[in-house]
Amino acid sequence: MSSADTSVPRRERTGTPPAATATTPSTPGAGSTKARQPRREKKLSKSAMLAINFGSVAAGVGLWALLAGIGIQGLPGPAEVATRAGEMLADGTLLESIGASLGRVLTGFLLGSLLAIPVGFLMGWYTVARGIIEPYVQFFRTVPPLAIIPLVMVTLGIGEVPRILVIFLAAFLCCVVSTFQGVVGVDKTLINAARVLGANSFTVFLRVVVPASSPFILVGMRIGLGAAWATVVAAELLAAQSGLGFLMQQAQLFYDLPTIFVSLICIGVLGLLMDRILLAIEARLTRWQERR
Amino acid sequence: MTIHTDTAMIRFQDLRQEFVLGNETFTALDGVNLDIADGEFVTVVGPSGCGKSTMLNAAAGLLDPTGGQVLVDNRPVTGPSPRTGVIFQQYALFPWLTVRKNVEFGLELKKVPAAERRVIVDHYLELVGLTRFAEALPKELSGGMKQRCAIARAYAVNPEILLMDEPFGALDALTRVHMQEQLLETWLKERRTVLFVTHDVDEAVYLASRVIVMAARPGRIHKVIPVDLPYPRTADIRLTDEYAKLRAEVWESVYHQPAAHGADDQH
Repeated sequence: MSSADTSVPRRERTGTPPAATATTPSTPGAGSTKARQPRREKKLSKSAMLAINFGSVAAGVGLWALLAGIGIQGLPGPAEVATRAGEMLADGTLLESIGASLGRVLTGFLLGSLLAIPVGFLMGWYTVARGIIEPYVQFFRTVPPLAIIPLVMVTLGIGEVPRILVIFLAAFLCCVVSTFQGVVGVDKTLINAARVLGANSFTVFLRVVVPASSPFILVGMRIGLGAAWATVVAAELLAAQSGLGFLMQQAQLFYDLPTIFVSLICIGVLGLLMDRILLAIEARLTRWQERR
Repeated sequence: MTIHTDTAMIRFQDLRQEFVLGNETFTALDGVNLDIADGEFVTVVGPSGCGKSTMLNAAAGLLDPTGGQVLVDNRPVTGPSPRTGVIFQQYALFPWLTVRKNVEFGLELKKVPAAERRVIVDHYLELVGLTRFAEALPKELSGGMKQRCAIARAYAVNPEILLMDEPFGALDALTRVHMQEQLLETWLKERRTVLFVTHDVDEAVYLASRVIVMAARPGRIHKVIPVDLPYPRTADIRLTDEYAKLRAEVWESVYHQPAAHGADDQH
């Protein structure tokens, strides 16, 4: 009946920190009854994993320096990019651009998620609401948010509103589908268990449906944040007077590759940071979940 | 087949339950009449598809009967009520709540003051032996512990009736026996009317004062077998001749039922 189930991974738990997945005691002999469980793969300690991560990044930077040293046409080396980053930090352009981009993303993302959660609940809880809302959600999901930029620019001008609207849309669509999926997937026995303990519909919703679907909402928010971040940069490339995308667009005109590199690295690092923050929140809020 | 007593706590009256599966109508229960007395322990056994869980869900108010009705304390069941506790096979603990919070859930809904809640929860955790695990999350418990928590949760709201749907079905044989003994012990201490659905003949005989044997297609009561073994029952009772005889009788009526098709109206 519903075709929304393709977009969001069901119980996907990628990127879960290894500490959170270990339900059995990791010290041998501590849990004698569970110690015999066969291990699928050897788990590395947290510090060993971190060391490998750092080594890999260092090797990547080294390779980059090597390629730049050989003299690939126009490719700036790490040192050159770092210097440029220092300059941009010093004159304030970098922080200003980051601030502009982050402001747009967070506004759009928060508004989108804030609206997506109640709408997703409505769709999951009331069949009629689902029938009304789902066609729109499904339609707009197939249109990349960036494709709407020409439309919003013509109708809403080139101010902040159209850009935030596009980001809002990107975040909203990811989160609404996931929330809806979560509500629909709530275990019927849990609902019945609450009902036989005396819960009315409202209590069932508040005390069973909301917590039971929270992992889905958080996954939706993570995907939504990723989509919002991707969208903001693209939106700034097309039409903006500030932000990291604008910075790159300007640098492109002047063949200023170090600035493009600085911007790209900033985009990547900020995206990663935001994802990690949400992941940490998710891990904290869904500690109760059984994990594989 | 109907046993009418004036003090029936649960009364099934001509209960009929149909389900629509695709284009077909499937009769899960037909013409079920049964009285369960206050404080009685009744088990229901039967082959799969005999509607034993449907019967329990109807008594719990989780289903709308197609025909007939279920009366609890002489009033028709129209929906779930805290007076009727249900224990599900899949435990149905709220995974985001600790053991204590799970047991407390129904009490909070009843607006029992916090201090009183604490006393009640402590009492039932003690009763099912989970005091040490009060702050644990369900995922940290074994199957038997989860089910004990579910039992404590059902008991905490002080229901007059306990409906148990194959509660020990997912447990290993040893844990199951242990749980059965605990259940009887608790039942003797705090006497409640129990309707217990199982597919395990041993379990049905060991626990009940009456075993209801169901037949399938359509689901109906095939035979009612009284179990005149004294309570409290201990493991030794399983080795007595009377127990063996009753077990054989129940076994016979579960596994050698009249053919399902065409023979429905012959009794």
